Amino acid sequence: MDFEKPVVELEIKLDELKKSLSVAKPEIAEEIRFLEDQINKLRKRVYTNLSSWEKLQIARHPDRPRALDYINLIFSDFIELRGDRLYGDDPALVGGPAFLENERVMILGHQKGKDIKENVARNFGMPHPKGFRKTKRLMSLAEKFHLPLICFIDTPGAYPGIEAEKHGQAVAIAENLMKMSNLAVPIIVVNIGEGGSGGALALGVGDKIFMLENSYYSVITPEGCASILWHDETKASEAAEALKITAESLMELNIIDGIIKEPLGGAHRDSEFVARNLKKVLVENLMELKNFSVEKLLSNRYRKLREIGVYAKNR
Amino acid sequence: MPISEWFQKKEKYTQITPGAKKRSVPDGIWSKCAECGEIIYQRELLKNLRVCPTCDFHYKLTVGDRLNLLLDDGKFKEFNASLSSTDPLNFVSEKSYFDSLAQSKEKTNLVEAVITAKGKINGRSIIIAVMDFRFIGGSMGSVVGEKVTCAVEKATEDKLPLIIISSSGGARMQEGMFSLMQMAKTSAAIGRFKKTNLPYISVLTNPTMGGVTASFASLGDVIIAELGALIGFAGPRVLEKTIKQKLPKGFQTAEFMLDYGQVDLIVHRKELKATISKLLDFFVGEKQ
Ligand SMILES: [Zn+2]
Repeated sequence: MDFEKPVVELEIKLDELKKSLSVAKPEIAEEIRFLEDQINKLRKRVYTNLSSWEKLQIARHPDRPRALDYINLIFSDFIELRGDRLYGDDPALVGGPAFLENERVMILGHQKGKDIKENVARNFGMPHPKGFRKTKRLMSLAEKFHLPLICFIDTPGAYPGIEAEKHGQAVAIAENLMKMSNLAVPIIVVNIGEGGSGGALALGVGDKIFMLENSYYSVITPEGCASILWHDETKASEAAEALKITAESLMELNIIDGIIKEPLGGAHRDSEFVARNLKKVLVENLMELKNFSVEKLLSNRYRKLREIGVYAKNR
Repeated sequence: MPISEWFQKKEKYTQITPGAKKRSVPDGIWSKCAECGEIIYQRELLKNLRVCPTCDFHYKLTVGDRLNLLLDDGKFKEFNASLSSTDPLNFVSEKSYFDSLAQSKEKTNLVEAVITAKGKINGRSIIIAVMDFRFIGGSMGSVVGEKVTCAVEKATEDKLPLIIISSSGGARMQEGMFSLMQMAKTSAAIGRFKKTNLPYISVLTNPTMGGVTASFASLGDVIIAELGALIGFAGPRVLEKTIKQKLPKGFQTAEFMLDYGQVDLIVHRKELKATISKLLDFFVGEKQ
């Protein structure tokens, strides 16, 4: 990422310096301390006050922890369940039951790959209708067996392709939205990276919505928005700013319920730190939501959705 | 107030005929059909419900024309007529959202991209929402989402069938996440309506894309596509860019969607009211 170049350059320099040390020399140790100090200061300067576009780069970082990373770090005994029972399975979405401490839960998440090969297999986390229908099936299981639902959002968007259109990408998303709005178990949603439009929202209706500090959530990709409203895709960083896609902005706009801290520089610098924060939020909120009757839970969820929107009553 | 009483209060009805001015154009005004290239006289086109007499191409209807076409005597009682969009993100691109709204209002004489109302179809009371593509591409922002949701709730409360005529490019980008969340909001309202045993008939007209297709428009008990309508999730330009090839001919047309099982039936505009009416007869039973 461009904006972290100065940090990375210093880090490389420091590494070289450390490697060149066969014998500890006091004057070099001094220099190392100085360099480390400089790096920390620079890091703080670079990573606080990031623009929306820079945060989006962190959200898209190839090393960013994926849903399965958090599932492994936070939950136990996860069993992946697959297939839509109609025509296929979609590796861009994963799901299945697991334990969150002693609570039985159902987890759903978009899943990107760690490298090109896995990303190709998982279609870069961009689901087809069969993926959404798999998650809908697992939602039904969650409801049937009274498992609270935990959803991890991380997708550039629903896949725009010929097969996807033929098999009803739109209706697959719409049915998830309707299903989640009325699912008789608590739902906690966490955006862990990319919240790309309808494909993200298809796992995004819930009682509590959280975002990791550097994740983004948007009605359209900034690139897509720039090409339509600016007629110029290179204006994506301006579009990112205008669309108000960061966790901070969406907290201010009352779209989400909370922000989960990441280490300086992004989640990929310390996934265990993020997992600890994330787990704490999940456990606390699950305890809170479990106190509500199903009726109360569903009426609260409906009211929460009902209140989203800004308009004037007089023309 | 009971429905029966409400229908006696004729003064509460509004009758709008936005097409009136155009209807008075002299016989001699003509244009070439954008589809088949044949000469069409304006007067003939209007008489033919804006369908090309030669090639059956369905030109877009304004919300006013659509309500006239579907509702008995073109009469209806509008809900939330004054709800209007603010600019919650202070969105500015090449031009400001504020200016786009002002221009659309000026051009269409509408307040927003949807009109929601109560009216009658062949004597049967229904709740209807009709979108107008001319208003920022029929896009769904806070107001469209709110008005559609209110209409669905009204149908649920008053126990009336629900008809939604969609025409939209999708979610309204200029309201960011507020727009995206309207997909969830409208779908949640439809979810509640579906607990009644009343029908929701969704009519997809040219074009119905993106966030509108991916929410309430795809949740009808019956989904009707108007002849020739473009229907889909991703727009053709995005698709071609992603797959790096030309789309097959006829891709995302109503006919294509019918072939792939995404809609129940394709209806010619001339048959639309009769078809909806017949479906209501089947699902609700004979009207009293
Ligand atoms: Zn023609």
